[in-house]
Amino acid sequence: MEKENPKAWRNDAYAKVTGRARYTDDIKFPFMLHAVPVYSDFVHAEILNIDTSEALKSKGVVKVLTSKDVPGVNRFGQIIKDFRIFAEDRIFYNGDVVALVVADTRANAIKASELVKLEAKELPSILDPEDALKPDSALIHPEQGSNIINEHKVRRGNTDEGFKKCDIILEEKFETQFIEHSYMEPEVAVCNPRHDGVMEVYASMQHPFSTRRFVNALLGGRLADIEVISTPMGGGFGGKDDTVSIVAARTALAAKLTGKPVKCSYAREWSIRESYKRHPYKVYYKMGLTKDGIIKSVKCKIIADGGAYCSVTPWVTWRSTVQCCGPYQVENVHCDTYGVYTNNVVTGAMRGFGSPQMNFVVESLMDIAARKCGLTPVEIRRRNMVRQGSITITGQKLDNHKVAMEETMDAILNKFDYENKYKKCSFGKSDSEELYGAGFAISYRGMSLGAEGTDFNSAIINVQPDGSILLETGIHENGQGSESAMCLILARDLGVSLDRIRYRRPSTSTIPDGGTTVASRGTVMGGGAVTNAAKELKHKIANFLNAKCGCNIEDIDISNDIVTCGKEKYNFEEVIKMMYNAQEYPHVFGVFKAPKVSWNEENGQGDAYFSWTYSCQAIELTVNKKTGKVKLLNAIAAHDVGRAANEQMTKGQFFGGMAMGIGYGLLEEVKTDKGIILNTNFNSYRLPRTTDLPEMSAIIIENSDPNSPSGAKGIGEPTNELMAPVIANAIYNETGKRFFKLPIKVSTKVQEDLKICE
Amino acid sequence: MTINKKPVEVPDSMKERKLVEFLREELDLTGVKNACEMKSCGACAVLVNNKSIRICNSVLKDVENCDVLTIEGMENEDGTLHPLQKAFIDYGAIQCGFCTPGMVLTAHAFLMENPKPTREQIRKALQSNLCRCTGYQQIIDAVEAASEFYRK
Repeated sequence: MEKENPKAWRNDAYAKVTGRARYTDDIKFPFMLHAVPVYSDFVHAEILNIDTSEALKSKGVVKVLTSKDVPGVNRFGQIIKDFRIFAEDRIFYNGDVVALVVADTRANAIKASELVKLEAKELPSILDPEDALKPDSALIHPEQGSNIINEHKVRRGNTDEGFKKCDIILEEKFETQFIEHSYMEPEVAVCNPRHDGVMEVYASMQHPFSTRRFVNALLGGRLADIEVISTPMGGGFGGKDDTVSIVAARTALAAKLTGKPVKCSYAREWSIRESYKRHPYKVYYKMGLTKDGIIKSVKCKIIADGGAYCSVTPWVTWRSTVQCCGPYQVENVHCDTYGVYTNNVVTGAMRGFGSPQMNFVVESLMDIAARKCGLTPVEIRRRNMVRQGSITITGQKLDNHKVAMEETMDAILNKFDYENKYKKCSFGKSDSEELYGAGFAISYRGMSLGAEGTDFNSAIINVQPDGSILLETGIHENGQGSESAMCLILARDLGVSLDRIRYRRPSTSTIPDGGTTVASRGTVMGGGAVTNAAKELKHKIANFLNAKCGCNIEDIDISNDIVTCGKEKYNFEEVIKMMYNAQEYPHVFGVFKAPKVSWNEENGQGDAYFSWTYSCQAIELTVNKKTGKVKLLNAIAAHDVGRAANEQMTKGQFFGGMAMGIGYGLLEEVKTDKGIILNTNFNSYRLPRTTDLPEMSAIIIENSDPNSPSGAKGIGEPTNELMAPVIANAIYNETGKRFFKLPIKVSTKVQEDLKICE
Repeated sequence: MTINKKPVEVPDSMKERKLVEFLREELDLTGVKNACEMKSCGACAVLVNNKSIRICNSVLKDVENCDVLTIEGMENEDGTLHPLQKAFIDYGAIQCGFCTPGMVLTAHAFLMENPKPTREQIRKALQSNLCRCTGYQQIIDAVEAASEFYRK
């Protein structure tokens, strides 16, 4: 353990470590009612009647809401408005909510929820996206005209010509699974109808502005009449957007119609049943290489199971499309991607957002290709990887930031001593009880939203008369430490001490809509706005001192809480006091607008992202020949983070992402039977525990990004997109067996294979 | 029984009440969390007679005459943080914080029994507590660092 490490710093650590932090479920209002959702036994059915009369007579029940009670619109969504906030015409999946029971206590609401009767005609359900794609398939949402939610493509060069020049052609099919985000805090919302006519909303949400849009849709009226207030929240990982926003919208409706504060607090079983998951992918991938290991041509078809509603499937699958060849230069690419409706659980955003699936495919294939070409996994990557000035598969020239792919890979190879570890790998043969393997994988990742959407953010710095500072941004604290990162960036860029700064937790009524806290964009976009705001404040202070003392603006500097103005030196608070006395507010509004990006949907070409981040991870492991048990020994990650706000917190992102990646590779899977989820709690959904995980280490690479005002790159997701192929490659090097499906189930497969060998 | 060293009288009529509910609703000790309600995640762990117990299925009767410690009782009497809490902060062991109370208390019970643990032993002691944010690495760092205090 490296005991000399600098300390972590979090503005909320004290509240959290003492139990004082008030999460949404810890909030109470006098005369608060409790709401509980009602599900059906169906997966796909036509609704004939919903009878709430018995439930209404049950003890303590105040109201039972259905789609008929909705004053605004019941159908909503971020891209396609297909979500039924209350089931109305059909049940589209087993997590659809038929009614909401509102009662004096949660227990009474739960009792009454069993009395709501649904009359429905069962319809055949479509559970395999490839069945949904068949021309004669029934339509899940007939009004959409197709089961295809979206298509994306990449067209570059001529793949047929490209394959003709190849010596080696690989063709494989890969499959991945549904993943549950498993935030420790389940969905919860508290809505308080305020006397001034504003609906106040507290929720365990990732995106207050997204939540506000859903609430506004269901209630009708104006955005200004809803105030969504941030509270500490127990994890999101992409999963606290649509579903919890819908939970908040239903709760707000209950509050509006009863005139009372209402809480809706989800049990884990409801959460896993209803909330969206990471998309399972089927990927058909053909890769052609010369005998020297140069990738000449790639043709791939990506099919994503979008589940019952669109959610953000078009955006998730867009990233998969842009990054479908990994961090490699390929002249000829033909990629077709389909997001497809099924009657499975909804799928949407999850940390990684379309990259974990594709990296599993590409990085597994790179190791397969290396063996076919007689190269090491390292050498084949060196020969194909993007470098300074490279052109990506979508035609983007990588020249506006440092392309650190090789630097990042080499950092791992050196620290991990990969070459020696690789030589020790068993490849299925070992005299001892255990087989040994080591593996690695690399990736690059487009920063922030890219051409997915509008990308800008703001920060407000409000210096008080005593020199203390209030800071707020349009980025939301999900547990990752974004508030702390914003404070650290402000202290650094303004030249003042951290203990002056208080992060003011914003609400949707205090700061402009800054987009959602997704795409690893928090530190990049919010931090960028803070850096720009700090610059403005410095400028304001300099102008003030210039007018007052006549010293040159260029000679004015702030560092260590001291403002230097030519030969004069002032304490920061002295200058602030002077400004207030002179009727000058030390208050600024900073904005960061993401640099321009472009995309042509017709040919899948364009400058997809304004910058890129580079990653490499590795692991060593053993498998017991008799039991098939996998033991993870050591894992390591290197990421180019641009500029780290705090070393310990950055490492925390690395380790958390790696652990989640290990779960994806080896342990986790939402299991379904005919569209019904079987493992709806943590006794059966297998999350990584302390004893499953290896010791992990981190290498922080810092190439300050010129496109990001604070220098930072996003790091939440890159950390989570590599461990599945890393493990697949290590297991191959260990057992000689290649796995094409996640999660990798070594025990049965290897045991069988080894038995055959014996 | 005592809760955070203060005696608490529980009337007979309340003995079947869920302990988590009692702590959260009656005493406003909201550091104890509901996350799975089937003893799988450890977010509801508190100390009962210095042992870490997942109480989501317990009722008040189960802790009659016991000493219960919740996260709100971890601080020193002068209001300063316990060294284990401080280590959690310094080593970056806290992200979303939802598992933190259960994690700190379970580690506290373990270190009182074994003040000189190996990292393997720390992993074993915390295997009933789920955390989705940290990958546990810095939690184990924090517990290892804080163990020195328990040796004194």
